Amino acid sequence: MTTGDAALKTWLSRRTADWRRLSTLSIRLGRRRATTPGEALEIIDGYHATAHDLSLARRLMPQSRTHGSLEALYTRLHAVLHQAPRRLGSDLLRLLRDEIPEAVWALRLHLLWVTGLFMLSAGAGWWLVATYPELIGLFASEEMIDTVERGQLWTDGLLNIFPSSVLSVGILANNISVTLLAFTAGALFGLGTFYVIGLNGLMLGGIFAFTAQHGLDDGLLRFIIAHGPVELSVICLAGAAGAGLGEALARPGEATRREAFQVASARIGRLLVLCTLLLVICGFIEGYISPVTDYPMAARITIGAGFWLVMIGALTGDLFGRRRAGSTAQPANQAVDAAT
Amino acid sequence: MNAGGTRLAVDSATGLQIELAVAGPGARSFAFILDWHIRLLLAIAWWLASSLAVTGSMGGIPDESNAGEFFGLVVVLPAVAIYLLYHPLLEVFMHGRTPGKRIAGVRIATRNGLTPGVGALLIRNVFRLIDGLPGFYGVGLASTVITADHVRLGDLAAGTLLLYERSDGRSGRQDFVTELATTQLDPQLAELIDDLLARWKKLQPPVRVQLAQKLLLRVDPAATSSEDSRQLQEQLRNYLSPGS
Repeated sequence: MTTGDAALKTWLSRRTADWRRLSTLSIRLGRRRATTPGEALEIIDGYHATAHDLSLARRLMPQSRTHGSLEALYTRLHAVLHQAPRRLGSDLLRLLRDEIPEAVWALRLHLLWVTGLFMLSAGAGWWLVATYPELIGLFASEEMIDTVERGQLWTDGLLNIFPSSVLSVGILANNISVTLLAFTAGALFGLGTFYVIGLNGLMLGGIFAFTAQHGLDDGLLRFIIAHGPVELSVICLAGAAGAGLGEALARPGEATRREAFQVASARIGRLLVLCTLLLVICGFIEGYISPVTDYPMAARITIGAGFWLVMIGALTGDLFGRRRAGSTAQPANQAVDAAT
Repeated sequence: MNAGGTRLAVDSATGLQIELAVAGPGARSFAFILDWHIRLLLAIAWWLASSLAVTGSMGGIPDESNAGEFFGLVVVLPAVAIYLLYHPLLEVFMHGRTPGKRIAGVRIATRNGLTPGVGALLIRNVFRLIDGLPGFYGVGLASTVITADHVRLGDLAAGTLLLYERSDGRSGRQDFVTELATTQLDPQLAELIDDLLARWKKLQPPVRVQLAQKLLLRVDPAATSSEDSRQLQEQLRNYLSPGS
């Protein structure tokens, strides 16, 4: 070691008090405890000074624990200084008012195709069971089939088995799982999503055809009309999101597949926040309103249509005060580019 | 442990490059198993305690519809919420950590080494559905084994990865930076004491007593040194981490 190096090492050892101070300040700032502007500026200056100390320590004492501690201190300062501010309220409002409507707009073509696939599958399910009634075994459980053949719907007397709250929790947990699966299965180049959507469509059509054969389709429609429009729309939305994810993987453009997948997940995945919220409300309608026979059909239709309009308002951002003023085309195009 | 394991290089604003230790499948699995037990036990504990408070027993759903309704809202709903929302909520509020991750010494970070935003943490959790297939996190585990940064699909989607809390990837003893921040010792002396404590059990008792006495004399020349190994170890620890 040269005399210069020894002097630098001694100088480094005299910096301990500053490192201690910076360490304490960075821990406080990292825990989002209040710091004064002066202290924040002190951290910024300290960050540069620590970078200088660290480069010296790396050269003069690479195996020492002081070097290790300086690496840790510098990493912590880097993290604290570069952390994006977190403003939950305004972030949530921006998400609901701007980002989700942009994602929906970017996915409009996917939504059209997925809805078409869902309706086509439902039609195919209806035709299959209407033509070959024995195929209902593919879509419904033995217990469900027996109940319908006895002239009853499996939804009759549901509340005698479970209270509404338990029923709601079960329903919303199941619906959220299906929706999230429809989205995440898009990671299989979109094919997983098409499978989930197709299967759900086939089941819906097949079960409707089966209940129609036993004169119970009116009862089933009566059961689903209050929650069904939004529930089915949300499944199609999640399917469109999954298809968008699949397209990013199948056609990544200039980016790598990994980058395209990540960008598409971040942009499109926001939509799931709204989907989940809508499904929680659907679950409570399905637990508290749909199985209760006292509600007349008109009330059910009003609830179903009203809730569907609220959903449309949320998807367009109007519900959260989105301003259009001729500025929608630009962000929407940006969202399309980013998502694909 | 990550001695010589995968490292994440991050460029900082000053031009210095920071190297962070990436957690592998072992540390990830350890953290996950701990978290799974914690959330399951919490959900069961809530179920049993609230069930006892509501119905007077730890049995099933009561038959009377009103009681059943109340049972669902007070017992079932929170228990399910504890189990399902454990990861997303704790990761958001604990800045990319959970109790299991804390014990395993790992945290979720972006590819810049920073704490991910709420959106990325939620996306990461949504993909648990696929990572969990076909059971026991088969897809996720396979993905952490075959990818370079040991990430599962959820991490790929969210642009995150798991990093060791300590940049050297070691766990166990308290980080030296924390000790250096609290002790009043000269860093070189603190380093010697830290080294001696780290090698304490590997040294012959007479050797460690001799080394400890020498170091204690450097800390405080007026102090009288004990001959007892345990007492010396305690004295050194107190100088390094006062108040611990």
